Amino acid sequence: MSSNLAAAERGQVVTVERVGGERAFRRRLMELGLVPGTRVELVGVAPLGDPIELLVRGACLSIRRAEAERVAVVAVEAARESQPNSTRLEPELEARSAM
Amino acid sequence: MSAEACHEPSPKPAPPTHPTPRRLVVLVGNPNVGKTTLFNRLTGQNARVGNYPGITVERRSGELALGDDGVAEVVDVPGAYSLAARSPEEQLAINSTLGIAGFERPDLVVAVVDAGQLIRNLYLVLQLAELRVPLLVVLNMIDEAGEARPDPAAVSELFSAPTVATNARSGEGIEALRAEIARRLSETGEARVDLPYPPDLRSALDRVADALPAGWRKNVERDRALALWALSSIDPDDELDSIPPALRERCLDVQRDLSGRDLDLEVIGARYAFLDAHADRIFGRATRHPPKHAGSARLDRVLLHPLFGFVAFVGIMLVMFMALFSWAEPGIASIEAAFRALGELAKARLPEGVARDFLTDGVIGGVGNVVVFLPQILLLFLFIGLLEDSGYMARVAYLMDRIMRALGLHGRAFVPMLSGFACAVPAILATRTMERRRDRLLTMLVVPLMTCSARLPVYSLIIGALFPDRALLGFLPLGAVLMVGMYVFSMVMTLVAAAIIGRTVVPGRQVPLILELPPYRVPLLRGVLRMMVERSWVFLKEAGTVILACTIVLWALLAFPRAEAAAVPPTATATATAAAAAPSEAASKAAALEKSYGGRLGKSLEPALEPLGFDWKIGIGLIGAFAAREVFVSTLGVVYGVGAADDDTSPLRQRIKTEIRADGKPTYSALTGLSLMVFFALACQCMSTLAVVRRESRSWRWPAFLFAYMTALAYAASLLVYQGGRLLGFG
Repeated sequence: MSSNLAAAERGQVVTVERVGGERAFRRRLMELGLVPGTRVELVGVAPLGDPIELLVRGACLSIRRAEAERVAVVAVEAARESQPNSTRLEPELEARSAM
Repeated sequence: MSAEACHEPSPKPAPPTHPTPRRLVVLVGNPNVGKTTLFNRLTGQNARVGNYPGITVERRSGELALGDDGVAEVVDVPGAYSLAARSPEEQLAINSTLGIAGFERPDLVVAVVDAGQLIRNLYLVLQLAELRVPLLVVLNMIDEAGEARPDPAAVSELFSAPTVATNARSGEGIEALRAEIARRLSETGEARVDLPYPPDLRSALDRVADALPAGWRKNVERDRALALWALSSIDPDDELDSIPPALRERCLDVQRDLSGRDLDLEVIGARYAFLDAHADRIFGRATRHPPKHAGSARLDRVLLHPLFGFVAFVGIMLVMFMALFSWAEPGIASIEAAFRALGELAKARLPEGVARDFLTDGVIGGVGNVVVFLPQILLLFLFIGLLEDSGYMARVAYLMDRIMRALGLHGRAFVPMLSGFACAVPAILATRTMERRRDRLLTMLVVPLMTCSARLPVYSLIIGALFPDRALLGFLPLGAVLMVGMYVFSMVMTLVAAAIIGRTVVPGRQVPLILELPPYRVPLLRGVLRMMVERSWVFLKEAGTVILACTIVLWALLAFPRAEAAAVPPTATATATAAAAAPSEAASKAAALEKSYGGRLGKSLEPALEPLGFDWKIGIGLIGAFAAREVFVSTLGVVYGVGAADDDTSPLRQRIKTEIRADGKPTYSALTGLSLMVFFALACQCMSTLAVVRRESRSWRWPAFLFAYMTALAYAASLLVYQGGRLLGFG
C-alpha cells in the first residue's frame, strides 16, 4: 500500500519509494541514507506533534511532518521492536566494485 | 603527500598557517563521531582556536607529535555528512580537504567514522576516495559497534586507504593511529574508488571539469569527482561563495541539458548501492544495522515523552538558568569586589591626577568590566558542552522546534534565548551552536531584548522609588506585578522583533529541518572543560579588548574636562540627607560630572528626552548606563550627589522621590518611571553586547544596526507610554 512517511504510525516500518521536496533537503535526506529501497521506522513523534523521529540505517533522524509528506513509502509490516537488515537497492543501481 | 605544489589563483587570504612548510593533516567526519575527542587525544593540550576567514566557524588546530618524524599541524574541520554544500559553512569540508578556494592543501585527510553507523559514515569516505585525496580512515567508537564490528581490512581494501580502529574516549588505538599517520605522511598514495556512472553523465562531468579553475584541477578522475561535487552543490539558489562565475555558469548549463534526469538520485543512489553491495565484506556475518541504541531508546522514552519529557526539559533548563542567574552571582560579586579593591589600592598608592584616574577608573574598571562576564560565560559553556556531548542538545531542538519555528527561529536558538534572561553576552556567544549564519544573526539581533539581570537593579530602583508599596486586589504586591510585567513585555517584544527582523533584515527561506538524534553518551568532562576555557579565552581576547576600549572612552567622556575640585561650590540642590561619607566631595563630583563632556551631552540631549519625561540628569544616567545597564544607578547617584553606593540605594530613592523640576513639579512620577523602565527594556544600553555581536558577526554593521533599531524602538515605545499616559490623565 502506497502512502507517505508522515502518515505512518508510531512503530511502523516502511520502505522508501521516492523522496520529494526541495532540492537541498531532498539531497541531504538521501545522503543520510534515505534512498529508495531503504527501510525506515517511525520511532516517535515530538510532544507537540511535530517533528517526527525516524530510524534509518541504525541512526535516529528527525524531520518535520511537512517534509515527511513528500517522502513516498510502502508499508512493510506492523510495529516491531527490532528491525531486520536493510534491503538492497534495485539492481539497476547496483554498482560494480572498484576497478 | 600530494606530488604537486598548490597554485591558487584565488585572491582570498589563506587561513593562518606557519610560515615554514609543515605537514598538514585535516580531520573530517560526520557530526557526533567523536572527532573532537580524537583531535584532543592527538594534539594534547595545545589547540589554537581561531576562525575560518570570512565566516564565524571555529577553526581548531593543534600540533601532532609524530615521534622521530617531527610534528604535523592537525585541523579539526566542522562535522559534515557530505561534501556537497549549499552554504559557505558547508563548503568548508570540500575546501579544507582539497585545499581549494584559498585553503592550504592537506598532506593527509583523516576521515573519522562511527563504527556503529558505518554505511552512512562511509558515504563521506566514498566521496573523498572519488576525489583521490591522500586518505586515512579511522573506525572510531569501535566499542559501540558491538556485534556489528566492521573489518578494517575490508574498508581499507575498498577505498585503497589505510584503516585504523580506535576508541577515542578510552584512548584505545590512538598510538597505532599516530604511527599510521606518520607512516602515511612519509609516502605518497591516494585513495580511490570508481563508481560506474553512466557514460552520458561522465561526458557531462567532463564538460563541467573544463570550467574548473586551473588551481582546482589535478587529474582526470579527481576533476570528474570535483565536477560532480559542483554539479551536486551549485544551483540557482545556493548560498555558496568562492565559486568562480565560469564554473557556476557551466554547471547551470549542464543541469539545464540534463533536466528531466534525476541527477541527485542517480548519484546518491549509486553510492549507497555500492556501499550496500560491499556491506557483506565489511561486516562478515555480523548484523549490519543494530536497532536503535537500546539504552538511548529507553532514555528517550522518558526524555521525549509528551509529559515527562517536558517536565525533564523544564527541569534541565531551570537548572541551567539558575546557574547563570544565581550560581554565577558569588563569582561576579567577588570579581567586582576584587577590582574595586584593586582600584582603591591604586588610588591610595598613586599621586592624584589624570594618570591615576585613568588607571583606576579607566583601565582597572575596564578590565573588571570584561572579567566580570567570565562566571556566566564559563557556566553557560559548561552547560552547553554537557548538553552537546550528552546528546541532549539535539533533543532540545527536537522538543522546541514547533515553537521556535513559529517565531522563525531555529530549535537550537532556545538555549541562547533562555540564557538571554541572565545576560546577552554569553547568550550571543552561545549562538555558535547553530550552523546557519542567518539563524545565528537573527538570534543575536533579538536576544538583547530579553530581560537580562543587569536591568533588574534599574527596575528595582524605579519601582522602589516611584510606585507605592501596596497590593493589587488585596494580595498581589504592585512591585512584583510590575516586575513580572516587564518580563512579559520583553518576551513579547522579542517575539515581535524576531518575526519582523526575520522577514525583513535577515530574510531567509525556512530551511527544512534534518536533525540527527545521536545516542546518549556520558560527556567527557575533560573535553567539555577544555572547550569552556578555549571559548572564554577567545571572548577575553577579542570582545574584551573592545569592552576595555569602550570603558576608557566612556570614562574620558564623564571625566573631562576636569573641574577644579576646590573651586566648585556645593550645588544648591544637594540636600543634607545626601551622602553618608563626605557631602562636599559628593557634591563636587556631581558638579564635575555635570560639566564633563558626558554631562554636556546629557544636557544637549534634554530636548530629545523631554517628550519621554526625562530630564538631562537622567540623560547623563543613560550615557553612563552604556557601560552596563546597572551603572545607571550609580551614575544617577553621582549626578544627585548622593554617592555612587551600589549596595544601599535608599538615599537615591529618597532623592528621586523629592527631586523637582524648575517649574516646581516633581521630576519623577509613576509615569516617568514606567517610561524609563520601558526605555531600559528596549534600548541597547550595553557596549559589551555590541562588542560581542561585532565579534560574532565579524562586522561593525550588525552591532550598528542592533544599536539603531533598539534605540529607535525604545524611544518610540517610551514616547508612546509617556505621552499616551499624559493624554489619559496620568502623571
